[in-house]
Order: sequence, then C-alpha cells, then structure tokens
Amino acid sequence: MTASVLVHREAVAAIPTLAPRAWRDHVAAALGGGARAVALYGRPVAAADAAAASPGDDVVVTAVLQDAGGALATARTVVAAAHGYHTLTRDFPQLHVLERELHEQHGVRIADHPWLKPVRHAGRAAIPMAAYPYYDVTGKEVHAVAVGPIHAGVIEPGSFRFHCVGERVVHLEIQLGYQHRGVEARLLAADPRRLAPLVETIAGDTSVAHAWAYAAALEALLGHAPDDGVERVRACLLELERVGMHLAGLSGISADIGFVPGASTYGRLRTAAINASMAITGSRFGRGAIRPGGVVARFDERGAAALRATIDRLRRDQAEIDACLRTARTVRHRLGGVGVVPTSLARQLGLVGFAARASGVALDDRAACRGAYAARPIDPHVEPAGDCLARTSLRIAELDASTRWLAAVEAPPAVAPPPRSTVDGPLAASLLVVTLVEGWRGEVVHCLETDAAGGLVHYKVQDPSLRNWMGLALAVREVDISDFPMCNKSFDLSYCGSDL
Amino acid sequence: MTLIDALRVRRSQGRQYIADPLTAMPQGFRGRPRLAAGACGDGCDACVTACPTAAVTPAPLALDLGRCTLCGLCAEACPDGRIGFTAEPRMAATTPAGLIVRPGDAATPVPEDGALARLFGRSLRLRQVSAGGCNACELELNAAANVNFDVQRYGVEWVASPRHADGLVVTGPLTRAMAAATRLAWDAMPAPRVLVAVGACAISGGLYAGSDALDRALLDDVTPTLYVPGCPPHPLTFVVALLELLGRARP
Ligand code: SF4
Ligand code: SF4
Repeated sequence: MTASVLVHREAVAAIPTLAPRAWRDHVAAALGGGARAVALYGRPVAAADAAAASPGDDVVVTAVLQDAGGALATARTVVAAAHGYHTLTRDFPQLHVLERELHEQHGVRIADHPWLKPVRHAGRAAIPMAAYPYYDVTGKEVHAVAVGPIHAGVIEPGSFRFHCVGERVVHLEIQLGYQHRGVEARLLAADPRRLAPLVETIAGDTSVAHAWAYAAALEALLGHAPDDGVERVRACLLELERVGMHLAGLSGISADIGFVPGASTYGRLRTAAINASMAITGSRFGRGAIRPGGVVARFDERGAAALRATIDRLRRDQAEIDACLRTARTVRHRLGGVGVVPTSLARQLGLVGFAARASGVALDDRAACRGAYAARPIDPHVEPAGDCLARTSLRIAELDASTRWLAAVEAPPAVAPPPRSTVDGPLAASLLVVTLVEGWRGEVVHCLETDAAGGLVHYKVQDPSLRNWMGLALAVREVDISDFPMCNKSFDLSYCGSDL
Repeated sequence: MTLIDALRVRRSQGRQYIADPLTAMPQGFRGRPRLAAGACGDGCDACVTACPTAAVTPAPLALDLGRCTLCGLCAEACPDGRIGFTAEPRMAATTPAGLIVRPGDAATPVPEDGALARLFGRSLRLRQVSAGGCNACELELNAAANVNFDVQRYGVEWVASPRHADGLVVTGPLTRAMAAATRLAWDAMPAPRVLVAVGACAISGGLYAGSDALDRALLDDVTPTLYVPGCPPHPLTFVVALLELLGRARP
C-alpha cells in the first residue's frame, strides 16, 4: 500500500555525504537536470557525523531533492560555518530563501549570495530587526511607503516596504520574523511522541497538514503503518481544512475588492465546513485528532452521513456564488491581469502549492499519493495565467474537487485512538524521515532525524509560505500600490509558519 | 452576474446569525473541562505527564484554563475518567484565579463591571494585535464579526487604529520581536482602555511558555481586564465574555 502522503525514509549512513564542492556540484547537476529543491537545511554537527567531518566542521547541510518523476533523494555535506560554500542561488534562485535560512540559523557562509537578507532574525548569524538592510531605490520621483508590523485588520504582523513611483510599485521588500516564537527549539525540547499539540500551532490555519506530516514521520520512525480507516479520517480532515481555508480566502478577497455577496456567502459557508471539522474532532481547526499511530475522532456511519449532507448543501450554495463571482465583470476587471507571476518565474522561485499551480506549475503532492486517495484521486488543477484571477479561480476549482471528494466519503469500519504500545515503542535509530503533505496553501515538509540511540537529533519544519513570500514580492512590481491588499490576499501566506 | 443571481444568493443565505449567543451551545466543541469529584489512584499523575502545557495539577486535582489548549490528552490518559469535556464555551474570567477549574465546578458568567458597562456597554472599539499568534486565534476573532456571530450588533467592532480603540486584544505568546510594536499600540490608546488576553498563548505563554524568543513584559506592567481561554477560543467564548463583562447579558 502506498501511503496517502509522501514519506521518504533513509538510513543516515546511506545518505550520500560528499565534500562541500562535490556536494555543490551534485545539487547543481540535479537541479539543472530538472529536479527541484524540496528542502535544504542545516543542523549542528553531532557525534555520529565524526566520520564525515573534518576538524573545524560544525554544520551538516542536507538537501532534499525531487526529480521530475516525483522521487525524493537526499545529499549531504559537512562544512565549517565560517568557510561555508559558494552560493547556488545565482544559478538556481529557488534556493534563495533556503540558503538565507541556512546562513541565518547556523552561520554558514554562503559566498556571493545575491540577496542574503534576514529570514526571521533568529539564529547564529541573526542581525537585529532594526538593522534590516532594506534595498534602497533612489531617484527624484521615488517615495517609500512602510506598512507594519501591525496591519489594519485582525491579522498577523509583518513589515512591508514599498518603493513607488507615483502609485506604481517599483520594489516591495517583505521583512518577517515578528512571529518567531522558537518552534524548532520547542520541537526538540519534549518527548517526540507527544508533539502533536505543538505541531498543530506551527501554522494554526494548517493544523491538520502539519499534524499529518508529523504523525507520518513518527510512524515511519516507530515502524508503524496506519490502517486505511485512520488514513481516510486524516484525508477527510485535510480536505475539510482545505475547504475551510479556501472559503476563508475567497471571502477575504471578495471583501478586498468590494464584492459583498462573496464576502458574506463564502464566509458563512466556511462556518459550515469548520463546524463539520468540529463535529469530527471537537475543534474547528481539526485539532486533537491526528496523533502518531492513529486518530482520535468521532467518525462513524452517522458522522459520515452528516458530513456528506453538510457538503451537499455547501456545494449547492457554493455553485450559486461561484457563478456570480465568475461572471461579475467587476471581479474579472479587478483581478484579471494583476499581480502576475509567469510560469517561468514561478519555477525559478520554487513556488509551491496553489500559487505555483495558478502559474501553470503542476505541482501537487497529492498527485503522487494513493492510500486514502487511491479510489478517487484528486488530480492537480492548473491555471496558466498566474494573476490574481488565476489564483482565485484555482481555489474555486480546488474547493470543488475537495468537496466532490468529501461528498462521497464513507465511514471507515472503526477508528480507535492510537494504541499506547505502538506509540511508546522505541524510535528507529539513525534514520532520516522526510514527509510531504499537500496542505491547502502548499506542501508542508517535516524532516526528522534520529541518532544511534533512537533520540531525535533534528526536526526541520518547512511551511509552504517560506517558499512563496518572494512570489508575492515580485508579483506586485509594476502594480498599483492600491492593488497590494488584493494581491496579498490572493497568495494568502502565513507569517507564523514562515517565522516559526 | 444578474440581479436575479444576486437575489438567489441572498435567498440561500437566509438568516445566518445566531439569535442569542448567550444561550448558544456549539455542538461537538471540546470546550470547558469538567473534573469529577473523588479520589485519584495512589500517586497517579497520568494527566500531569500527558499535558503539554503543565495545566493540570494533581492532589487536589485542578486545571488551569489559562494554560489549557483543550487538546484532550489528559482525559485520554486518566485511568479513572475523572477528566471530561463539555461543549460549554463559557471559560473566560477577569482574574487568573477565575481560570482554575476544580472538581464539580461548572461554568460561571464573567462578572459585570459596572464602570466598563457604563462606558462601553453600547459601543466598544477594539484593536487586535497578534504577537506570535498562530492565526487560529486571529481567525476566530475575525469570525466573531462574521455573519454568524455578528458581534457588531452589540456595538463591538474591530478598528484599525489604536487611537480609535477602547481596548487592545492580544493573541500569541508575545514574541520578543513584537514587544515594541505591541507596547506602541497600547501606549497609543487613550484611557480609559482595557487589555484583553485571548488564547492560552497570550494568557500564560501556552505551548510556548518558557521559550527564549518571548518578551511578556507588557503583561507584567498591565493587568488584563479579561482572560479568554482556548487554543483557539471558540468565537462564542469571546463574544459571551464581552457581553457579560459589559452587562449586556442582563435579562
Ligand atoms: S486538555 Fe488542557 S489540561 Fe488536558 S492535557 Fe490538554 S492542555 Fe493539558
Ligand atoms: S492560543 Fe493556541 S490558537 Fe491561539 S495563538 Fe496560541 S497556539 Fe494559536
């Protein structure tokens, strides 16, 4: 049985570990050959790395790559932070934020990086927030507009600095890190089997996707394969999360462009979707359900029937409002042609999730997965245009696909909470596990590594937002500054997920 | 979109608002915990070890809503089934002591504050600041103003400028990076003003208590008027607490 999410496991000893230069060539060759970077991260050298490390080496750098066929592979090097390596970003801009993070967290020198800006102002090479090196655009006609960190609405904080000529944005720089609360350090501070509540708050609007990525990784470490029923409940919750957040996003963008029927109707439909999550899990965000080894959920025949009825009603009402939004000329006029990310740029930047798909990149981790999706796969939707309208239409199409999937879901025979005996077992020693879950915003990546005693030595989390913020920054170039809120909402990115 | 389409949407919309938030019960919500009276097994600390936020204390059994994330792990761990959860959204309190749940305790309303009721009973403008919030608290606070919970009908509204606000609603564990901005927002707010702590994070640090990326000094200097527990709190927890505090719950 193939799992419902992507799980890659590799004995630490089997990870190709190369000298820095050879590693760099290896990664460059793979990316040049059409692979993409899923993750690239560092961790401090541990006792087990002695064989690969030279004196003075202090950081282990791991690249996780995915080839065009969807297969995952890793490659590793051990470097001295002060020495580092020569940047790959100039040739492969998709690595820009990953190398910046590697530098900031672990102090690794990334020679000749073209845009070595802070990511979240935390780590070995962090600089103070006030010292953020904003790119300066000068000229008689240029003026700067600073927004944040506190924004107008009830939303998370971040700083935006626009350089404009008149109303036109020439350059936008996004400074983040205000939400940094030390997630990765917390993940290593407690028993790895009991991290579910914490993981659910990495990005609270993506609780389910993160919880599943965590649970799947722990299960790989525990040598436990969840049964079909467990996977089905998880997939239900993941799709409900997607439905709820796509509805929230559509309501938000409708409000931003003054399309009042959309703002209120999508908003109230979201209530129905998240209340359906609450009926199953006790939480409107699906929290408390997904645990390593199983699920804690109320999902019997009656529950499944109630869910299907809710989804049927939702689909009926949604069809009406979708038709209005699609045909309203004001909507098309406002969203069409604005905030464009062409396909080539989306690939170059390594965008993920619906933002990538709206720019014509057919990347959806669910496509390669089976398990709960085996009988009724959800194929990636793609829109070529890459503008605000494409991102909005794509979310409508994905909503439709997810609700169609949910409308036919059957209750599993039985769902039991994770058995203690499974969860309390030892974790596999010296194993690297990488899990990918396609959350509503894009792929959620968790990388866990154990040492020779089965203790967790590293936990790397990557929320899709980290990869996509630059997409927003470039999308608003040459756009009127008054269109920024709408562009921002069309990407719908997470601050806390990026800031960790 | 034609006028007919718009009318059709309006018809399906129907009446969405919850008629009386004070009596509404969110079906299926893992809300207010209920502790059963009785004795625990000798030296049993299953709930204590299960809890990710040190919210439960044994002998005598008590649960601090200010820390609790409503994750349900303690109930699952308890061999005697002494911990359970109800759908009751009422959990808020005006003091930290009011957040402690003991065996047999049931929900009590937030006491009305006469002075606040006089000042803000008919109009309360709030500025929300997320200082490390995970966006679940923020989404639920937004939901309080949606067509379902519709808190505006009571004169409660979110505003953009702290200058226009009567209160600051903080979410998140108060990150160091947000300390200055949060303080600025508070200082910009004209008195009389209230501070409301929403979510386990804001009240106690929650799952992030003790992280060295936090700076919670604001809460040492300013005592919140209202604590709204949950992770995130249900919109009803927030709405009901405000209405009770402002004397809008009187018959
Ligand atoms: S429900 Fe609350 S008290 Fe119980 S384990 Fe979870 S956080 Fe602790
Ligand atoms: S209290 Fe819970 S829901 Fe609210 S911000 Fe903190 S982690 Fe998120």
